[in-house]
Amino acid sequence: MTFHKKLILPRNIFWRRLTREKRLVIAAPYLWLALFTLIPFIIIIKISLSEVTLAIPPFQPFFEWTAEQILHLHLNFATYSALLSDHFYASALIDSFKVALIATFICFIIGYPMAYAIARSSPFWRPILLLMVILPFFTSFLVRVYAWIGLLSTKGLINSFLLWMGIIKEPLSLLYNASAVTIGIVYCYLPFMILPIYSVLDKIDPSYIEAAYDLGCRPWRAFWRVTFPLSLRAVIAGSMLVFVPAIGEFVIPELLGAPDTLMIGRVIWAEFFNNQNWPLACALAVVMLVLFIIPFTIFQRYQLRTEEE
Amino acid sequence: MRRLSKISMASLIFGYAFLYIPILSVIVYSFNESRLVTVWSRFSTKWYRSLLENEGLLNAVLASFKIASMTATLAVVLGTLAAVVMVRFHKFRGKTLFGGLISAPLVMPDVITGLAMLMMFVTFEQAIGWPSYRGIMTITIAHITLAMAYVYQVIQARLQDFDRSIEEAALDLGARPAKVFIVIVLPLILPSLTAGWLLAFALSLDDVVIASFLSGPGATTLPMLIFSSIRLGVTPEINALATLIVSIVALVIILVGFIIHRQQKHQSK
Repeated sequence: MTFHKKLILPRNIFWRRLTREKRLVIAAPYLWLALFTLIPFIIIIKISLSEVTLAIPPFQPFFEWTAEQILHLHLNFATYSALLSDHFYASALIDSFKVALIATFICFIIGYPMAYAIARSSPFWRPILLLMVILPFFTSFLVRVYAWIGLLSTKGLINSFLLWMGIIKEPLSLLYNASAVTIGIVYCYLPFMILPIYSVLDKIDPSYIEAAYDLGCRPWRAFWRVTFPLSLRAVIAGSMLVFVPAIGEFVIPELLGAPDTLMIGRVIWAEFFNNQNWPLACALAVVMLVLFIIPFTIFQRYQLRTEEE
Repeated sequence: MRRLSKISMASLIFGYAFLYIPILSVIVYSFNESRLVTVWSRFSTKWYRSLLENEGLLNAVLASFKIASMTATLAVVLGTLAAVVMVRFHKFRGKTLFGGLISAPLVMPDVITGLAMLMMFVTFEQAIGWPSYRGIMTITIAHITLAMAYVYQVIQARLQDFDRSIEEAALDLGARPAKVFIVIVLPLILPSLTAGWLLAFALSLDDVVIASFLSGPGATTLPMLIFSSIRLGVTPEINALATLIVSIVALVIILVGFIIHRQQKHQSK
């Protein structure tokens, strides 16, 4: 900093004198994040390039010093080529994508009308209705998934009810399939869809819609031509909030899905815990990050930026 | 009251039924005497009594509360520092990377976070001999990293719509920035700090995936215990436990909501 600048902005002298204090404030969270966020990702990339061995830990060292003090790098792309050639992993990725997409769409179908109705309700009811959306979200995730086992199982509530009504004679097998997983995801992530849509619908100036009515629009047409386009951004934001976590979900497919409902999170878990294939689990994690998480995060950032402009 | 259209009313009724019937069914059947979970026999509280005699469960609750309270406290400290750095400090080298790292855990699937953290601990152990065992400490470190990202979001939003003139006045009167932060900024953002603490606590108490990756022998958290018993099937004990968790959480949220509501009223007066 030059002397000239100091004269113009006297407070800067202050900050400058305190750079050591400032550096300490930066250092604590920065060091933590570097150690426990950045380094782990470098390490999974490293291990995904190692070879599997029967040892503890079950992969070969990445580099080693030989007797002649020469550094040997063991780069092994075999794990990645195995991933690409095996149909099993590709179909797990496609299945995760499909389930997450369908669940996101159902969340939209259920969530949008709810958000709309909450935004249109009286000021007295609005906070209560919103709290009621958030409340189940804060109760344990496991309990919410568990509740569906009780509802969907062959001796569960839904089957008992249908049998009692005489609609069916044999219990339906509702649990342990892809639709049970979809229902579970919709149930757990619905608030993520409702809240952003509500916050935008709540801010739309009612005079826009009144103007549409005055110009002769019928309510439905006014909704499709005015309200819905204005809320489209929130729909996309809410969809992302449902889709991105849904695609990596492990607990829901593990508890509600069939043994062969292979979502990618479950495959990573199985490769790690059951097959002890650490390099493969790491490679799958890297593939998933590159294919889904990073592109969607960039998209989200881009969305936010255009919104600010 | 504005009248809602029939479609709106129907969607609300359907939506809230969808959100609440599953949880209510768990609560109702926790008071069922029969061991058969879906056949109602008689009202009974015996499953609650059998929970109290389950020693493994009590240990798991204790471990979870230990982890969650440590997580919440440290995540609030680190998350607040990170928010101050991002909102108040001018550009410094590596600020973009910092912004990326602080929000990365928000989008990362739990399975990947858990796997990456475990790989890091294993590599550290090989290289420098730390940590020598995995358990409560490794889980806590992972939870802090996840929770500070959420706390950061809460505090950052609060700091951004903060009236800076009060701070500037104190600086002009000669207070040191550190003192300004402690005496003026902290008390003003106290509600956000409380919200962040509770959020971090809830996140830690709810996690099963990351804890499963990072736990070692002898360290079982409450969600891990519930997860493994759900895998074995639905039992009335889990219903009772779930009911306890739901009612405690609901109580805390309604209480916090009430306090915030009263504070806002108080401030607007």
